[in-house]
Amino acid sequence: MTEAQQPLLQLRGLGVSYYRSGHELRAVDTVDLGLQERECLGIVGESGSGKTQLLLALLGLTPPGARVSGSIRYRGEELLGAPGARLEAIRGRRIAIVFQDPMSALNPYLTIGTQLIEGARRHLQLGRRPALARAAQLLSLVQIDVPAERLRCYPHELSGGMRQRVLIAMALMCDPEILLLDEPTTALDVTVQAQVLELLRALRERTGVAMLFVTHDLGALASMADRVAVMYGGRIVEMAPAAALYASPLHPYTAGLLRSLPRLDLPLPARLPSIPGQPPDLAELPAGCAFAPRCPLAHERCVTAPELRQLPQARALACHYSGSPAQVDAAWLRT
Amino acid sequence: MLRFLLRRLLTAIPTLLVIGTLAFMLLHLTPGGPFDSDKVLEPRIQHAIEARYHLNEPVWSQYLRYLGELAHGDFGPSFQYRNTSVNELIAQGLPVDAAIGSAAMLLALLLGCATGLVAATRPGSWRDQLPMSVAMLGISVPVFVTAPLLILIFAMRLHWLPAGDWVSGSWRHLLLPALALALPYTAYIARIVRSAAIDALSQPYIRSARAKGLPMHVIVLRHALRPTLMPLVSFLGPALAGVLTGSIVVEQVFGLPGIGHLFVTGALNRDYTVVTGITIVYGALIIALNLLVDLCYAWIDPRVRART
Repeated sequence: MTEAQQPLLQLRGLGVSYYRSGHELRAVDTVDLGLQERECLGIVGESGSGKTQLLLALLGLTPPGARVSGSIRYRGEELLGAPGARLEAIRGRRIAIVFQDPMSALNPYLTIGTQLIEGARRHLQLGRRPALARAAQLLSLVQIDVPAERLRCYPHELSGGMRQRVLIAMALMCDPEILLLDEPTTALDVTVQAQVLELLRALRERTGVAMLFVTHDLGALASMADRVAVMYGGRIVEMAPAAALYASPLHPYTAGLLRSLPRLDLPLPARLPSIPGQPPDLAELPAGCAFAPRCPLAHERCVTAPELRQLPQARALACHYSGSPAQVDAAWLRT
Repeated sequence: MLRFLLRRLLTAIPTLLVIGTLAFMLLHLTPGGPFDSDKVLEPRIQHAIEARYHLNEPVWSQYLRYLGELAHGDFGPSFQYRNTSVNELIAQGLPVDAAIGSAAMLLALLLGCATGLVAATRPGSWRDQLPMSVAMLGISVPVFVTAPLLILIFAMRLHWLPAGDWVSGSWRHLLLPALALALPYTAYIARIVRSAAIDALSQPYIRSARAKGLPMHVIVLRHALRPTLMPLVSFLGPALAGVLTGSIVVEQVFGLPGIGHLFVTGALNRDYTVVTGITIVYGALIIALNLLVDLCYAWIDPRVRART
């Protein structure tokens, strides 16, 4: 592979597992992903699908007791098992993250200003004043009014939407190359969600930062992502360019997720369709395909786990069924 | 904030009045008086002494007289130390307790916080388990055992420090009593700080701080220290009161001229004014220290500040 083609971030066979009373729980199971420069890659899955664990593993922030295996390469440099000082130099500086819950992700004892500047002061060796000036600049970039005054505020003095913007500004302080977004809109009101998504889109155009956007909301990704990976039970079950995935989902799970989105171009049905059953319990994953118990197309062959195979047009699929998207949709209609 | 302070200071006055009244009444209810002794005095002399201290008057009249003196900031004359007022006795003794108490608290805070924080960064490792077992020992062994032990080691064997006595302003005389007083509090503080820091370090905002690439010591000191201090401050209110009253034992062992010693002998000798006076001073100190603790809450936590 030549230098030019080398992805910004390359995951190979990434696994995150925990041991509970002697049993191995695989939160993330042999995930292969590549993130190109300036790309926005969406990762979709229900809660418990392993998407947050994946992001934490990228930063080396999995909770104690987690076993991370495989390979995480940033510009060709292996991060898994890298010394702590090296990871500290990359965290926040090259790879930054916006956490899910703006309520608890900010320290209630410190002012917004203090929390915004500490990363930049360390990584960029900025003095206090230039760092505060940059923080004010970024706050106005994320559309917070009177930024200089907000810097002196404590988190409890801001609204949820504002706190989420502060988190985004905080992640951008050191001008990172990769922005990890962990459900950045989940904790927000619908109108504020739309504003934050709009803001992220604008930021992407302006800064060209590559994004790994994790969410359970396929709708949120539609206008953001270049490619979308769908995760189920810790594995990637389908990956495709965003437009192709929304137009013709191949995996029954993806099709099910898309069906359960409200459509603006169609009359609203009396009841939105949903996928029956519960997200899988990692302690009791079925031996074969994890989705089989909820799948309308489940078949005898599904007792063996399907490999993620590459398909034409930069798509990939982990499903034994090889029918057309229309046939998958028809199967859902019969449920 | 100023109104809060003023309100607290005003409510302290009736509290102190109740404390003083209770002490006064309890002392007068206990059998015996300050001038009873085995040697039978001539009735005329006995009467003369009692008349001088107004002990022949009814209790309510004595109480009103005492209140009148108290209103002028006068705790009255001591019944046992001739020609010495209680104010003078307290003025002599209190600085000794204040010096030992604050030195002990400072020592306990420094040692306790440091051990607790170090233990919390690696829970379950040797640097958690070793200091925590030592701390358990520190809590279970009482002061009247550790104080003589300290004297035995540092004064009798090593001859590093004096075994007792008090020289105003000499840190060498201060060190052993302060250490003896500090040991159990160091242990408590280490345990409190450890569990509070473990709790603080598991908060999501600590993960945010780590995601910024901050090194561990910055995370502990900037992000985890304040939330860790909250339960510690709650403990410090009663602990400071404990240092005051606990110093009675330490004073006895080291032979120090503090007010704890005065308090105990006063109670044994029915020295009404001394005991009542010291009770009121203890009460005032505890109220003041608790107020200080509440101010600390507001200082540490911006959310508390917004509420007061």
